[in-house]
Amino acid sequence: MLTVEGLRSRYGRIEVLHGIDLAVNSGEIVTVVGANGAGKTTLLRCISGVQPVTGGAITFRGDVITTVPGFKRLRRGLAQSPEGRQIFTNLTVEENLRLGAFLFSDDRVDRDMEDAFQMFPILKQKRNQAAGGLSGGQQQMLAIARALMGRPSCLLLDEPSMGLAPILVQQIFDVVSGLKKLDVTVLLVEQNAFGALKIADRGYVMETGRISMEGPAAELIADPRIREAYLGI
Amino acid sequence: MPELMQFLLSGVTVGAVYALVALGFTIIYNASDVVNFAQGEFVMLGGMITVFAFKAGLPLPLAALIAVAVTAAIGVALNKLAIEPARGAPVVSLIIITIGASIFIRGVTQLVFDKQLHRFPAFSGDDPIRVLGATILPQSLWVIAGALAVFVGLWLFFTRTLMGKAILATSNNRLAAQLVGINTAWVMTLSFAMSAGIGALAGVLVTPITLVSYDVGIALALKGFAAAMLGGMGNPKGALVGGILLGLLEALTAGYISSQYKDAAAFIVILAVLFAMPQGLFGKKSTDRV
Ligand SMILES: Nc1ncnc2c1ncn2[C@@H]1O[C@H](COP(=O)(O)OP(=O)(O)OP(=O)(O)O)[C@@H](O)[C@H]1O
Ligand SMILES: [Mg+2]
Repeated sequence: MLTVEGLRSRYGRIEVLHGIDLAVNSGEIVTVVGANGAGKTTLLRCISGVQPVTGGAITFRGDVITTVPGFKRLRRGLAQSPEGRQIFTNLTVEENLRLGAFLFSDDRVDRDMEDAFQMFPILKQKRNQAAGGLSGGQQQMLAIARALMGRPSCLLLDEPSMGLAPILVQQIFDVVSGLKKLDVTVLLVEQNAFGALKIADRGYVMETGRISMEGPAAELIADPRIREAYLGI
Repeated sequence: MPELMQFLLSGVTVGAVYALVALGFTIIYNASDVVNFAQGEFVMLGGMITVFAFKAGLPLPLAALIAVAVTAAIGVALNKLAIEPARGAPVVSLIIITIGASIFIRGVTQLVFDKQLHRFPAFSGDDPIRVLGATILPQSLWVIAGALAVFVGLWLFFTRTLMGKAILATSNNRLAAQLVGINTAWVMTLSFAMSAGIGALAGVLVTPITLVSYDVGIALALKGFAAAMLGGMGNPKGALVGGILLGLLEALTAGYISSQYKDAAAFIVILAVLFAMPQGLFGKKSTDRV
């Protein structure tokens, strides 16, 4: 469904992605784990079209989208819940969700919003409050729900568990693994390698702008090198 | 009593002019956090272009329509040529660019047209209407009605339409706006077109009362800015109330104290309000939380 080949990107003169190869098949949950600063966020930003690509190609559902502007990629079914949540803090929870479906104005918008409220009942309680006043966990829920309002076939998730209390981390991972039932393919970027690999089908390990290992998630969890470097075991 | 009534009526008229200018600020500000100091030039252009199109023999409504359309196009050009290339610069730099643009527009207007004062006929004649012993010009009613109409239109636009929400979303978080599919470059184009169009409309409405020349924009921009700050930048309600309040303050000070003090009195009140409520009367508190 999503293929990345030889992807390079840079900030100014400093290259931070040195040729990334990665593929996500329809229906999978694929995770990219890696330490702080490895380039995971940059990778997702390139796939979403909000970060210039200096080499390589991105293919989505058969089309090369490397040069398609960012705002047009959701139309093709590619959504992102970005690092740091990036919700619209000055707008209400409901307005955030409505804007998630900016491309649509049919009856399904209301139904999708009800689904979002079912997935995260706390958002329904706070629907008329400014989103900036939500707690970190609630903002993360809103970011995921807003991305789903765009009816993606593939969802890019950037560190959804970052900064959350352990009980919330589990809830978020449960939601992500539940996306399979909704026919949403997931590319999940995490520093919490253990949590991510547990719910993923396959995984990639990223180190300073390169993929250093890849394989079925179960194998990666069992790999001694990964256990030492990322799982702290 | 008739004296007070007269001060109130002229205050509301001047206030409606300030409100129209302040309303023009709101859209660009909402889209980009930029206070566009060329807003006064849009008002001036609306008046000047109407004057010359009318002199060239066009009927007044058509001349006015052309003025609004041309000014909107100039607003779009300002964005494309001066603001967009500076994307990523701090907001202060962008504001300084708008000040530069306003000087440029003034200079070009002086060359293309002239330095004279102009006017065209009031829409509904010049016979004053008597109200409780005081009088008001029919054109003043046009100005007040225009301010109210623009206010209601903008209020509906920002609270009821998805496009209005998209403008607010773009200024709040440009990255997230792109990720939900909003063409943020187009949002900026639209905002400049709308702000410039509203400014030009203000110029069309007030020119029969205040007259127009190439240099009337600066004073209007400053007063409109003061009104917008008083009411709360970015909020249409704030622009309307701030404008009317400022107009009334000036008229009452001029009437009961001295017209020499009207600007000073207005600014003292504004400073006092901003001291107590830094966001203005209707300004939103920013609710960011990490
Ligand atoms: N805006 C920027 N300007 C310059 N360099 C940047 C910028 N953003 C990231 N970098 C650099 O690019 C590299 C990759 O950063 P990136 O944010 O993609 O890593 P990451 O894997 O997402 O890290 P984290 O787990 O902390 O989110 C880092 O060395 C970082 O310092
Ligand atoms: Mg990151």
